[in-house]
Amino acid sequence: MNYLSDGEIARLEHKANEIRQSIIEMLMAAGSGHTAGPLGMADIFTLLYFDVLKHDPKNPDWQDRDRVVLSNGHICPVLYATLAHRGYFPVEELLTLRKFGSRLQGHPHRTALPGLETSSGPLGSGLSQAVGMALGLRMDNPYTSQYVYCLMSDGELQEGQTWEAMMMAGKERLHNLIAIIDRNAIQIDGYTEDIMPLEPLREKLEAFNFDVQEVDGHNIRMVLDAIGKAQAVYSQPSVIIAHTIPGKGVDIFERDFHWHGNPPGKGPENFAKKNDQGRDALKKLRSLSGSIDPADY
Amino acid sequence: MKIASHLNPKLFDEGIEKAPTRDGFGEGLREAGEKDPKVVALSADLVESTRANLFADAFPDRFIEVGVAEQNMASVASGLAAVGKIPFITSYAMFSPGRNWEQIRTTIAYNERNVKIIGAHSGISVGPDGATHQALEDMAIMRAMPNMIVIAPVDAVEAKKATLWASTYDGPVYIRLGREKVPTVTTIGTPFQLGQGGLWIEKDDDLPHTVGVITTGSMFHSAASAAVELEKKGIGISILHLPMVKPLDTAGVLKLAESHDIIVTVEEHQRNGGLGGAVAELLGEERPTKVIRLGIDDQFGQTGEPEELLKHYGLDKNGIINKITEVFGV
Repeated sequence: MNYLSDGEIARLEHKANEIRQSIIEMLMAAGSGHTAGPLGMADIFTLLYFDVLKHDPKNPDWQDRDRVVLSNGHICPVLYATLAHRGYFPVEELLTLRKFGSRLQGHPHRTALPGLETSSGPLGSGLSQAVGMALGLRMDNPYTSQYVYCLMSDGELQEGQTWEAMMMAGKERLHNLIAIIDRNAIQIDGYTEDIMPLEPLREKLEAFNFDVQEVDGHNIRMVLDAIGKAQAVYSQPSVIIAHTIPGKGVDIFERDFHWHGNPPGKGPENFAKKNDQGRDALKKLRSLSGSIDPADY
Repeated sequence: MKIASHLNPKLFDEGIEKAPTRDGFGEGLREAGEKDPKVVALSADLVESTRANLFADAFPDRFIEVGVAEQNMASVASGLAAVGKIPFITSYAMFSPGRNWEQIRTTIAYNERNVKIIGAHSGISVGPDGATHQALEDMAIMRAMPNMIVIAPVDAVEAKKATLWASTYDGPVYIRLGREKVPTVTTIGTPFQLGQGGLWIEKDDDLPHTVGVITTGSMFHSAASAAVELEKKGIGISILHLPMVKPLDTAGVLKLAESHDIIVTVEEHQRNGGLGGAVAELLGEERPTKVIRLGIDDQFGQTGEPEELLKHYGLDKNGIINKITEVFGV
C-alpha cells in the first residue's frame, strides 16, 4: 500500500469500471444472482486487490499474505471478477458463474478456486473466522503486519454471531483485524432500518472496543486513507463503515433494494424493461455514465 | 466366549477401574500439545468440566477462552486452522455441535479446516442436569455431515488415544464424551485405527442362538456383562465395539452379520440416525439382516441419576438381556 497519485487513483477507478462490466456480464450469463452489493463494493475490492493487499496471484497460498474474508458470500461476483482481473484465474471463466460444473458457485467455495480464503453464504460467520486468523497470526508474531480484512454487509449484522465475534476481537485487541462494513442500507426484504434497525451503528461498534471510521465507499482515496489509519491502530481492532450506494455505477439499479437479489433482466422495470436492463447497464458503464456518446467512436 | 487379550483383565471384576472419558480427553489433549506446538484449545466457559483445563494450565498461551459463544468458537477455530493451527473446540455436545452445527458445516467441514470438535456431557448419563443437557442427537447430525469423522470412545484410555489420533489426522473430527465414570475396559495395547472396530468378544460355536452385538461409546461393558448371562441361556454373543460411527467399519459389520442370527446395536443416543441407523443402512443395502436398535426411542430424556436413567431406557445390562431373550423367547 502506497501513496497514490491522482493518475493512479484514476487508473483504479477505471479498473473498478471494468470489474463492474464483468459483474453485469456474469450475472446476465448466469440468469440469477445478486446485483446491488457487487456493484456497490467494486471500488473497495479494486483498491484492496490492486493496491492495498500483500498477496501474489501466482502463489495464492503464500504464507505471508494478507487475508481477505468475504463474509457476505452473496456478493461474490465482485470477488470473482476482481480475482480474475488480478490474474488469479482466466477472465473468460467468469461467464461460468453459477453454471453446472463451474468453480464459481453462487456462493464461494474456498477449495474450488485460487484466491478464496473461505466459503461463505450463511451470513454472520466471516468476522469470527477473521478473528481466528488474526489471532493465529498474532500468536506466531505479536507484532505481525499481516492484516486480515473482513468484508461484511450491514444486513448480516443482524446475525448474533457477528456480535460474539466483535466482543472477542475487542477483548483480544486484534490490531491486525480490519473489518469493512458495506453500509448500503438495503437487504433482501427492504431497507435495513425498516427490517431491523442497525443505528446507531457507529456507537455500537465503539462500545465493542473497535476503532471506527466512516467513509464514502466510492471515494478510493478516502478509503485508502482510512485503511492506512486502521493499520496504524495498534491496540484495538478496526472497522471502517463504508457508506456505499447499492448498484453503484448503473443508475437504473442504484439505491433500490429490489436489486439486492436480482440479476439484470429480472429486476424491477421502473427504469428499464427486463430485456434492456443488461444492455443499458453495460452501455452506462462503457460510456462512463453517459459522458461519452458511443456514436462518437 | 473368547475375550480379546488386549482388554483389561479385570473386565468382569467388581473392582474394575473407572474413569470418565473426558479425563482421557484432557490427558490426551495435554499430550498432543506437548507433541505439537500447533495444537491450540478453545473453551466456551466450560474449561474444567470438559477437562480442557489440563491443556490450559500447561499451555496458557495456546488456550483461548471465547466465553459462552459456541457459534463464534467454531468459526474462530476455522480461522485459526486457516493460518496453520490445530484447534480443539471444547464444550458440551448439546451446545457444540448442538447449537453451532451450521458453523461447523460451512466454516469447518465444507471449508476443509483441520478443527477437532469435542462434545462433552453427551448421552442420557448426564443425569440430573436434565433433558436440555442430554445430547442424544449429536452423532446423527454429525454423521450426516461430509468430511466429518465421528468418534465415541468406550473409556478414558480410548478417549486419550482418540484425542492423540485426532491431533495428527488432517481434517475435521468430532469426539463425543461422557460425564460419568465408566469402566476402563481397554488397555494401552488395545488397537485404535481409522474406521476400524474391535471384535472384542467372540461367541462359542456350539450355542443354538447367536447375536452379533455392536456397541459404541461406553456401552461395551454393559453388553459384555449381558453376554455372560445370555451364554448361560444358550445365546452366543459376539461384540464388535465401534469407536468410530463414521467412517463405519463396514467389513467388520458385514462379517458379524454373516456369522450371527441377528444384529443388536447399543448406544446412548437416539435409535434414529446414530450407530443403529448406520448399521441398518449398511446391512439393508449389502446384507439384509434383522437389526434391533437399542437406544432412546424418539423422545427427550428426563432427570434422574445416571444408573436410573440407563435402566429406565433399557441400556444397562438387564435391559440388553431382556431385549435379546425376548427375541428368542428363552
